[in-house]
Amino acid sequence: MSDDDIKIEVNGVPMSARKGQMIIQVTDPAGVYIPRFCYHDKLSIAANCRMCLVEVEKAPKPLPACATPVTDGMKVFTKSAAAIAAQKATMEFLLINHPLDCPICDQGGECELQDLAMGFGRDVSRYNERKRVVADKDIGPLVSTDMTRCIHCTRCVRFTEEIAGLQELGTLGRGENMEIGTYIERSVDHELSGNVIDLCPVGALNSRPFRFRARSWEMMQQATVSPHDSVGSNLFAHTMHGKLLRVVPRPNEALNETWIADRDRFSYAGIYTDDRLETPVFRVDGEFRPTDWATALQRVATRLGETAKEGSLGVLAAPGATLEEHYLLQKLARDLGSNNIDHRLHAMDLGDDDNDPPFPWLGAAVAELESADAVLVVGSHIRHEVPVLAHRLRKAGLAGSQINFLNPAGFEYLFPVHEYAETPLSQLQPQLVALLGAVEAVTGRRSELAVDRGAISDAHRRIADSLMSGDKSHVVLGHLATRHPGYSKLRAIATEIARLVGATMGYIPESCNAAGAYMAGVVPHRAPGGKPVAEPGRNARQMLAEACDAYVLLGFEPQHDTAEGQAAIETLRGASFVVMLASWLDPTAIEYADVILPIGTFAETAGTYVNMQGDQQSFSGVAEPVGDARPGWKVLRVLGNQLELDGYEYNNAAEVLAAANADIGVMRPDNTIARSPAINGAQYSEAEMPRPSRIYGIDPLVRRARPLQRTRDAKRTADR
Amino acid sequence: MSWLDKKNLVAFATLGRDEPWTLANYRATGGYESWEKIIRGEISPEEIIDIVKASGLRGRGGAGFPTGLKWSFMPRNAPGQKYLVCNSDESEPGTCHDRDILRYNPHALIEGMAIAAYSMGATVAYNYIRGEFYAEPVPRFEAALREAYDAGLLGKRLRGSDIDFDLHMFVGAGAYICGEETGLLESLEGKPGKPRFKPPFPAHYGLYGRPTTVNNTYTLASVPTILRKGAEWFADLGPEKSGGTAIYSVSGHVEKPGNYELPMGIPFRELLEICGGVLGGKKLKAVIPGGSSVPVVPAEIIMDLNMDYDSLSEAGSALGTGAVVVMDETTCMVSMLERISRFYFAESCGQCTPCREGTGWLNRMILRIMDGRGQAEDLDMLVNVANKIEGHTICALGDAAAWPVQSFIKHYRHEFQYMIEHGGKSIVEAKGRAAA
Repeated sequence: MSDDDIKIEVNGVPMSARKGQMIIQVTDPAGVYIPRFCYHDKLSIAANCRMCLVEVEKAPKPLPACATPVTDGMKVFTKSAAAIAAQKATMEFLLINHPLDCPICDQGGECELQDLAMGFGRDVSRYNERKRVVADKDIGPLVSTDMTRCIHCTRCVRFTEEIAGLQELGTLGRGENMEIGTYIERSVDHELSGNVIDLCPVGALNSRPFRFRARSWEMMQQATVSPHDSVGSNLFAHTMHGKLLRVVPRPNEALNETWIADRDRFSYAGIYTDDRLETPVFRVDGEFRPTDWATALQRVATRLGETAKEGSLGVLAAPGATLEEHYLLQKLARDLGSNNIDHRLHAMDLGDDDNDPPFPWLGAAVAELESADAVLVVGSHIRHEVPVLAHRLRKAGLAGSQINFLNPAGFEYLFPVHEYAETPLSQLQPQLVALLGAVEAVTGRRSELAVDRGAISDAHRRIADSLMSGDKSHVVLGHLATRHPGYSKLRAIATEIARLVGATMGYIPESCNAAGAYMAGVVPHRAPGGKPVAEPGRNARQMLAEACDAYVLLGFEPQHDTAEGQAAIETLRGASFVVMLASWLDPTAIEYADVILPIGTFAETAGTYVNMQGDQQSFSGVAEPVGDARPGWKVLRVLGNQLELDGYEYNNAAEVLAAANADIGVMRPDNTIARSPAINGAQYSEAEMPRPSRIYGIDPLVRRARPLQRTRDAKRTADR
Repeated sequence: MSWLDKKNLVAFATLGRDEPWTLANYRATGGYESWEKIIRGEISPEEIIDIVKASGLRGRGGAGFPTGLKWSFMPRNAPGQKYLVCNSDESEPGTCHDRDILRYNPHALIEGMAIAAYSMGATVAYNYIRGEFYAEPVPRFEAALREAYDAGLLGKRLRGSDIDFDLHMFVGAGAYICGEETGLLESLEGKPGKPRFKPPFPAHYGLYGRPTTVNNTYTLASVPTILRKGAEWFADLGPEKSGGTAIYSVSGHVEKPGNYELPMGIPFRELLEICGGVLGGKKLKAVIPGGSSVPVVPAEIIMDLNMDYDSLSEAGSALGTGAVVVMDETTCMVSMLERISRFYFAESCGQCTPCREGTGWLNRMILRIMDGRGQAEDLDMLVNVANKIEGHTICALGDAAAWPVQSFIKHYRHEFQYMIEHGGKSIVEAKGRAAA
C-alpha cells in the first residue's frame, strides 16, 4: 500500500481511494450513484451545477462530490437528509426556468434532467414568476439548439475547448442571462462537434438530422462499427421499424473512447436517399431497367462464366467492404481463375508488390499513441482522414509528446506541434531522404539506402532529435503518402528512419477495412492469409488503365473512389461486361455498367471490419435492407451457386467469417518489407500528386449524407 | 482616549496635508522607512509575518481572516513565480474606503504591497482596481507607482540588494463578482470573472496557476504603519483579536456621511454621534453594519453594539467591509430589500445553479409583493429559497444574496406582511399619512 492509498467511508461503507481523487471518482466505480449534470469524466471539473452536493462529516456545508478531494478517514454521506435536501434544492432551481416541453423534446426519455427530476424534483412547482426564454442559435446543419432548455452545465463549452481544441462555444452574459453561444453567429465546425449532443444533459443541443424523427423509447439499440475510417469506432445504431434513425458512440477506451467523428454520427443519413437502388437493374438502350434477382444473377453468372473460359476478369473492391465480402469476392475471382483483384483503388504506385507489407497497420495500438514520446506523421491530413486518431495525437501533444509532421502546408492541428516540416507533396521523397540523413547524423548509424541525402535542414534535425528523445516513438504514413506515385520508395525510406531511431513503423489503412482486404487476399499477389500466389494478377492501377474483358466492382464509384476517376471510367467503357455491386444508382454508371446488383450498406449487412490495430470487429445488420437490396455476402454467395462453384453454402455471415479465418490462418499485423527497392531521384510534378481526401467525400455513403454535405468542411473541400 | 486622535490614523495618515498623495507627503509621515529597512536587510520575511500576526490585523475586504496567518500559508521557499494581488475592486454597496486610500494615500498601499510580497517570496504583484475608479483613483495610483519606481523603491535588484519587486496595475471592467478573490484572478488572466471552486486555494493554485495571495487594499495599506509603530501599538487600538483601525464608510440617513478611520471597536452610538446623528434628527430604524450583504441590525440592538468583528458577529451580523448603511424610520424595508436583492440578481456570475436561478427568483417575489400581488406564503418561501442558496454555491455571492433576505424578514416581517395584506402599500407610507 503506497502513501497515496487512503480509506474513506461512503454511507458507512469503507472504500479505498487514491490521494487527489475527487469523491465522485471513488463512488462512481463503486456503483454509488451521485446525481450530476456538469461533471463528465473526460472533461475538466466545473463544479457549477451543484447537483452532486453531498454531506461530508465535519464540513459546515454540503460539498460538491465532483470537486472535493478525498482525504484519509473522510466520511461521506450521499443519501443523508442533508445531502438529499441540498440535491433537491438544486433540482428545484434547475427546474424553475426549464420549459415543461418534454412531450415535444427529442431528449425526452433519455434526458438526465428528466431522470433526476423523477428522483429529486417535486410534482408541482412553487415558481410563479415568468420563465426565462432564450433565443435559439443556428450553429450549423448538425446540431439543433433549443437554448431555453439549457441548464448552463458548460459541458459543451468545455468539450470544444478541451477535446476539440477549437473553442467554438462559450458563455456570454452573466447571471440568469448567461447564454451558451458562439458570440458572433456562426456554425460550430469542428469534425468532432457532434459529440456535444451526447454531452448535453438536456434537450438544448440535439441532433438536427434526427429532430422529431422518433422518441427514444420507440427505438432499438444495436451495436455496430463505423464504416468510414480505420480506427473502427464503436457505434450504437438506433433503429425503428427496421430503419436506422440515429447513430451514437459506443464507448471503447481502446479505440474511440466516448467520442465519434461527425462522419460516423451523421453518415447514416445517406442510407435513405432518392438514388438508393431498390432492385437489380440492367442496361438496355442507354438506360437502366429494373429486373428481378433471378434474372439479374443468371445474366451475371452467364457472362462471368464465359469470361472465365475465354477472357480476362478484373475484380475491384472498395476497401470499405466487409471482410466477408472481401473474402467471398476473392474466392469468386480465384475460383474463376483470375488473380486480377485489388482494393487499393487510390494507389498510384503498386510497383513494388514483392515488398508489400503482409498486413499493413498502424504499427501500434491506437491508445498507445497517447503515451508516445514522439510521433512523425508523413503525408496525412489526419484530422480529415481519421478524426478520432487525430484526437489521440492531440491528447498526446497536450500531454507533452512531440508530434511532428512532414506534410504539405496548410493542415491545421489544434495542439502544440513540435515540428511541422512543410513540403510540397512532389518533394516528399527528397524531404524524407534528407530526414533520413538527419537521423543518420543523430544516431550515428548508417542506412544502406543508396541515395544522395540532399540538403538537411534544421527542421529535419529537430524531427530526428525528437524521434530519438524517448523510447516510444512512432512513424506513421498517411493517405497522401500511401497514394503517392512514389509510395513504395517513401515506404522504404520511412521504414529505414523508423528502424534507425527504434520507432514503430505504421500506416493509416484506407477506409474501414483495408487491413481486412489484405488479410482476405484482395490483392493480386497474395491469397488469404498473405500466402503468395503462383502468378500474380493485375493490380488496380493496371486494371483501371487497360481494360479487362469483364469487371466485378464492389461498393465504390470509380469517378470518386479511384486515383484517376475519369480515366478509370474510360477504361471500364472498353470492357464488354461490367457488373457492379452497389447500394446507390450512380448516374455515371450508365456509361460503363451492364448490371447493377443492389447491396446493403453497413447498416443492412452483418460483417466484420479489421481496424488499424488489427482487431476484427464483427457486427450484425441493424436495419432492414432498402427495397430488394441484399447483403453483399449473400449476393456473392448466390453468384457462386449460380456459377456452380463448390463451397458457397454459407447460411450466415458468421459462417463466411469462420471460413475466411480458417483460410487466413494465424495472421498478425505486420509492416515488414522484405528488402528496400532502389531509390532513384524520380521527379514528380505537383499535377500528378494525390489531393487530400475530402472529409465528407471519402465513400459513397458519406457523399450522400446531406447534413454532412451542408457543413463548412464539406464546402471548403468541395473542389478537391 | 479620544476616538478622533489623529495619531491613531493608519491608512489615512496623510490626510490633512496639501496633496496628501505625493511621495514627499507620504515620506513625511514615515513612509517607506520600513521598506527601506527591508531593502537594507534589517527585517527578515519571518519577522514581518510574526509582526503582522501579533498585530491582530484581519482582512478588511469583508471576511476578516487574520492576515499574518494567510501570509504564512504561502509556500514561500517553493521554486517558481509567486504572486501578490491587491484587491482594489471595491464593489460592496456602501463601501468606499479603498477608493480614498487610492486617492489620498496610494504610497501606503505600494509600500504595504512591497512588504507583503517580500514576506511571501513574491517578486511580482498586481493591483486590480475596479473599472469605475477610472476617473480619479486610477491615475492617482498610477502616478504614485511612477514616483515609486523613479525613486528606486520598486524594480529589480533594489539598491544593489537581491530584492526584486515589480508592481503592475490592472483596471477591471466593473463586475461585482471580480471582487471575489478567485473571480478576480480569472478576470486578471483575461477571462470572464467566474469564481473558482476551492480547493485548490490561491496559495497553492492562484494567478496563472502559481501560488498567490490576494489581500484587500486597506489591509495592505495598514502594513507599513504596523511595521513602523509596532504590532503592540496596532493591536492596542482595537479589542482583543482584531487590532488596528477600521474605516467606517457611513452612508444613508446621517448628517455627515463619509469615511471615518477610527479605532476598531468604537461603539456604534459614538460612531453615529461623530457622523452628526440621524439625518434631520429622525429616529433610527436599522443599520446594515458591513456592506449590503451582511444581515441588517435593528436600531435597538445596534445602539448597544461595538463596531468590531466579534461583537457584530455575536449579534448575528458582521463587520464586513465596514460600510455602515444607516436607515431612519421613513425607510421602507421592503423597498430596501428589493434594491439589495436586485443588486445580487444583476451581479450573479451565472455559473452555479442556486445563485443563477435563485437570485432572480428572490427579486421577482419581492417585486411581486410590492406590486400588490403578494401571497401570505411568499414570506416563508422567500426565506426558504434564500436558505437553499446559502452555502450551496461556489463563492460567497450566494450567501451575500441570502443573508439580507433572511435578516430583513426576520426583523421586519410585519412590514412585508402589511404590504401583502394591503395590496402593495408600505407600512411607512401609512404611518407617514397617519402622522400628517
